[in-house]
Amino acid sequence: MSDHQNDNQDQNTDKKEVDAHSGVETTGHEWDGIKELNNPLPRWWLWVFYVCILWSVWYWVVYPAWPVAGGHTKGTGGYTQFKELEDSQNEIVARQKVYLDRFEQASFQEILDDPELYAFAMAGGSAMFKDNCATCHGTGAQGFKGYPNLNDDDWLWGGALSDIHQTIQYGIREDNLDTRLSQMPAFGKEGMLKNTEIEAVVDYVFSLSSQAAGHGGDHDLAKGQTIFAEQCASCHGLDGKGDREFGAPNLTDKIWLYGGDRASVFETVYSARSGMMPAWKDRLDKNTIRQLTIYLHQLGGGEEEREDGQEETVERPVEDIPDATYSE
Amino acid sequence: MTLTLGVYYLTPFIRWDRGPNAPDQAVLIDLESAKAYWFWIEIWPQEVYLLTGILILAAVVLFFVTSLFGRVWCGYLCPQTVWTDLFVWVERIVQGDRNARKKLHEARWSFDKVRKIATTHFIWLVIAWCTAGSFVLYFNDAPTLFWSFFTFDVSPTILTFIGGLTFSTYLMAGFAREQVCTYMCPYARFQSAMFDCDTLIIGYDEQRGEARGKHKKGESWDDRGHCIDCTACVQVCPMGIDIRDGLQMECIACGLCVDACNNVMDKIDLKRGLIRYDTVNHMEAEQQGRKESFKFLQSRTIYYAAILAVVAVAMFAAVIGRTSLELHVLHDRNPLFVQLSSGEIRNGYIIKILNKTHDHRTFRLSLEGLDDVQIEVKAAGSVSADSLYVVADSIGTYHIFVSSNMAPDSPRDITFTLTDQGSDMTDTYDAVFISKRGR
Repeated sequence: MSDHQNDNQDQNTDKKEVDAHSGVETTGHEWDGIKELNNPLPRWWLWVFYVCILWSVWYWVVYPAWPVAGGHTKGTGGYTQFKELEDSQNEIVARQKVYLDRFEQASFQEILDDPELYAFAMAGGSAMFKDNCATCHGTGAQGFKGYPNLNDDDWLWGGALSDIHQTIQYGIREDNLDTRLSQMPAFGKEGMLKNTEIEAVVDYVFSLSSQAAGHGGDHDLAKGQTIFAEQCASCHGLDGKGDREFGAPNLTDKIWLYGGDRASVFETVYSARSGMMPAWKDRLDKNTIRQLTIYLHQLGGGEEEREDGQEETVERPVEDIPDATYSE
Repeated sequence: MTLTLGVYYLTPFIRWDRGPNAPDQAVLIDLESAKAYWFWIEIWPQEVYLLTGILILAAVVLFFVTSLFGRVWCGYLCPQTVWTDLFVWVERIVQGDRNARKKLHEARWSFDKVRKIATTHFIWLVIAWCTAGSFVLYFNDAPTLFWSFFTFDVSPTILTFIGGLTFSTYLMAGFAREQVCTYMCPYARFQSAMFDCDTLIIGYDEQRGEARGKHKKGESWDDRGHCIDCTACVQVCPMGIDIRDGLQMECIACGLCVDACNNVMDKIDLKRGLIRYDTVNHMEAEQQGRKESFKFLQSRTIYYAAILAVVAVAMFAAVIGRTSLELHVLHDRNPLFVQLSSGEIRNGYIIKILNKTHDHRTFRLSLEGLDDVQIEVKAAGSVSADSLYVVADSIGTYHIFVSSNMAPDSPRDITFTLTDQGSDMTDTYDAVFISKRGR
């Protein structure tokens, strides 16, 4: 640039033309009557520019910069974004390891008693729940129709830590030997019961949770009871309180997984229900599953561990609360 | 200058006994545990309004003082001025007075010049480093950190802060100086709004000084002013203004010109006070031969004093009324409520207990506004609503479940009450209980 200017000045010695309007020297270049003023760049700007050029050369050397056949120049610094990602992930792993080592050794009860491990389990479980489980159970584990609400105290397969652990690991109606497995018969579809008989059973089932009124039931409860004893009691129990061995729901409580209105319950008896849940044993590592177990147990419905096979359930009187169902 | 510098450098070392479980440094901003200590006052992040109050108080004091005495803040207390003065003082000690410095500046590079300039900058940097170091002491336990400097056991974070502050001190007091007041300081810009003719300012007695001119010994003082145009006032001015042109925005009321002029007046056996602290009204009155006293009591001053009193009382009340216990309750968002198999409705809440005392405490949580209620606490170990343990000087967080056997109309207003087991301290928090009914 300066060479160019010098050439100009050599050619036009003593002809330094000054623009009358701005009082600035011109370069002598003219296009259609418009003359170029000679306003040099500010010096600080030039210096920044030069430093940037130097910096870019340094960058080419040190960092990956140019595409070449078969990839790109690697740079002397050996930097890649993959490596940076790996480093930062390793850093996280290293930070977690302090707790993870202790967590791995501790039993569920020890974790529940240790504030640090407890917080670690709850934080990890909460994050992993939202990543893996929230798709079906909802971000707050509140569930949807057919997907149980995990906050309440109603459990199909048991709410003790070991039960939850088992369910998460092996799933429900999954393709492995340890999975939770049962199948309710489709009483109507398979012709085991006539529609009128199903209506009677439905009435009886509603009566179990004191909800006979308001559901249009005008059938013979005795008839329903007889059919229930013959067909349903083997799994749900004579008293209708269910059996967690078969994942048979308690029919006397106020919680309906598939809806508590008459049509839904009829549909359940007619076609049967068989929800499934994936087994997570091979998808998540065992510490993650343990974190999830603690997290779910502490969501509000966690039960004490059974001793001698007897389940400890908190008995609370069932008051007559009208309309206490999941009406849509 | 000595006083302000002394306060700055020594404050972090003042101790203040707060008992166990709390730092014993009188003035400490503990960023790690997010608490600030100022003698008997202790501020948690939740009480940041106290900080706002202190700032308002400081602003009003500034206005008040400015309207009374002019820019005494700028001249005597502002760190920018104090450190600039300190740096200028170093410069003068090492390089001599203004003329000598000018000569040195224009001189060819010699060993002597390099030595003098290098010494100046070295001392500047040392001062700047001490300043930065002292600043960091306010955020850490001062003696511990002080010793760790000698054992070279200081964290990189602290070194980064010290480095940055050293550089900024060096830059501001060594080079930027009065540019800061003129171009960067907002106070310099709006202080003119607080001035009137009864404000104390640095003024040049024009009537007495003019017409100025050189004066030879023995010449008569008749028909001429007392200013001998020695420019001593201009030379000493850190802002580089000529006070004889009248009050200017740049003037920081440091009074250096007053001292310089008085020295000169003494030398030529004239009365002191050609340049002096005075109000415009008073100076005019004197020039016209009237005796008039300073008018400090004006409506403006009284307003400021009144505001000052109000803010001070409010602050005092806030500090006195500061509770040592606070309860905060946050309703779970998802799910809002849960129906249990018995039909009961359960709501979840996160409760935060701010235990601002310096002892470990156990609290009891109770609830009003809902009948037949069970409170369940989810936390590590066996914790119940009757035994919520919170470590001294910290926040305890618990997840609680409230379930009720009744069918409430929703949403229902409820009130949590937290009671300290060991004393009668309580705090309440209004919350809401939600069931599917009505929402």
